[in-house]
Amino acid sequence: MKFSLKIWRQKNAQDKGSFVNYEVFGISEEMSFLEMLDVLNEDLTLKGEDPVAFAHDCREGICGTCGLFINGRAHGPLRETTTCQLFMRHFKDGEALTIEPWRAKAFPVIKDLVVDRSAFDRILQAGGFVSVNVGSAPEANSILIPKKDADHAFDAATCIGCGACVATCKNASAVLFVSAKVSHLALMPQGKPERQVRVLNMVKAMDNEGFGNCTNTGACEIECPKGITLASIARLRREYCKAKLKP
Amino acid sequence: MRKIVIELSSVGKKFIMGFTGLFLCLFLVVHLGGNFLLLRHDNGAAFNAYSHFMETSWIIRIIEFVLLGVFVIHIVMAFILAKENRSARPIPYAVNKASENSSWFSRYMEITGGIIFIFLCVHLYNFLISQRFFHDYPSMYAAVKTIFHNPWYCAFYVICLVWVGLHLIHGFQSSFQSFGFRHPVFFPWIQRAGLLFVILIFSGFIFIPIYLYFAKSSTAVETSYFGQVSRIRDSHLKMVHKNVKIFSGSKGKS
Repeated sequence: MKFSLKIWRQKNAQDKGSFVNYEVFGISEEMSFLEMLDVLNEDLTLKGEDPVAFAHDCREGICGTCGLFINGRAHGPLRETTTCQLFMRHFKDGEALTIEPWRAKAFPVIKDLVVDRSAFDRILQAGGFVSVNVGSAPEANSILIPKKDADHAFDAATCIGCGACVATCKNASAVLFVSAKVSHLALMPQGKPERQVRVLNMVKAMDNEGFGNCTNTGACEIECPKGITLASIARLRREYCKAKLKP
Repeated sequence: MRKIVIELSSVGKKFIMGFTGLFLCLFLVVHLGGNFLLLRHDNGAAFNAYSHFMETSWIIRIIEFVLLGVFVIHIVMAFILAKENRSARPIPYAVNKASENSSWFSRYMEITGGIIFIFLCVHLYNFLISQRFFHDYPSMYAAVKTIFHNPWYCAFYVICLVWVGLHLIHGFQSSFQSFGFRHPVFFPWIQRAGLLFVILIFSGFIFIPIYLYFAKSSTAVETSYFGQVSRIRDSHLKMVHKNVKIFSGSKGKS
């Protein structure tokens, strides 16, 4: 297969950046999107050009490092798929692909397609943790958790923090990410001691990072590679109201 | 005031948007209820009594100020949110297929809201301000009759209401989401109820001007309503009128 690529190139955070067109040939249908970019980069390296920088790590859809805005969709056109799990067979041979980095004030571009997502780290530091006693490990089954709560918490915990919600949101809002983290810990007995402080601090940290506000368009839940839903955002709001109203 | 707005979180701001929005939905229901008095065949007696009550009652005066406050909060908050949201993405995407993951009316709430704001200003000027402060028309009923006699205003009104409807389709259900009310069983019903609400409000509001436009005299009203039967009665009435004329004429002659 061959593809004509239009890729955002930007030397560093200060550079203005622009699109550059490339052609890639000899792509197998079985290649992932990132492997297709590897082929391009090998080509560029042989030519002595600067390869395209893109973030990637596990390449099995569980780390949340990769994330590209492909042809106007976060992580490409498929649902619940990360960029690394998107295969070239989902595209037509010879198709033109526009590849952009996540666009948000809170996610500044470092180089080419790599953005700085440390805003997410700072939100997590504000409250995305539980306090545990040091010492020997506690008995795993001593605290009973209702199956429903455990399931909902696990669904929220599958968030990999890739930032697709921010990337796709018309307001670059991070509320789906924050709500997943809040939901995950609020539903667990281990998360109860910091429950109120957590949601208040995480929302405050989110607002301070310069993300936009949620308009409930629902784009984030469509693009989320882990299928986090708006129900999670509703839970964040309930948690927030409860925490605010608590004397 | 400035400090309160700055201290409000994104969650709090959306809560206020949702709450004021739902309050305005309630206002629409009351407004429509009042408008329905226009349909009574009493030459506006009921509607004028109603508008007189609205102009003089002190309870209504208080509610009006509350309503004004809610409108101002909703609009000012919309401006703040829109400004923050714009600045959250300084560089737009070259290709963005937003239509594949969200409805366009949910993405352009500030546009639909802006159109509604223009409509609100025109509408307030035409009815509230011109009637209450300048007394341009002998009665509110006369004002309605005169203004909706203009087909262009009727068209403008209907088109603006389309935007109100689009704003509400998203706004109604979105406000519940902003309150954190989302239940796997009940939320789809809220969405359906929202759609039904929009359809009822929209058709209710546009029915009245269209009806008034096509019903220029009370007999014509009946014609449009009861169709042929009243048309027959109409011609019968004309005959009666003729007879009366002939009768009175002959009486005068003799």
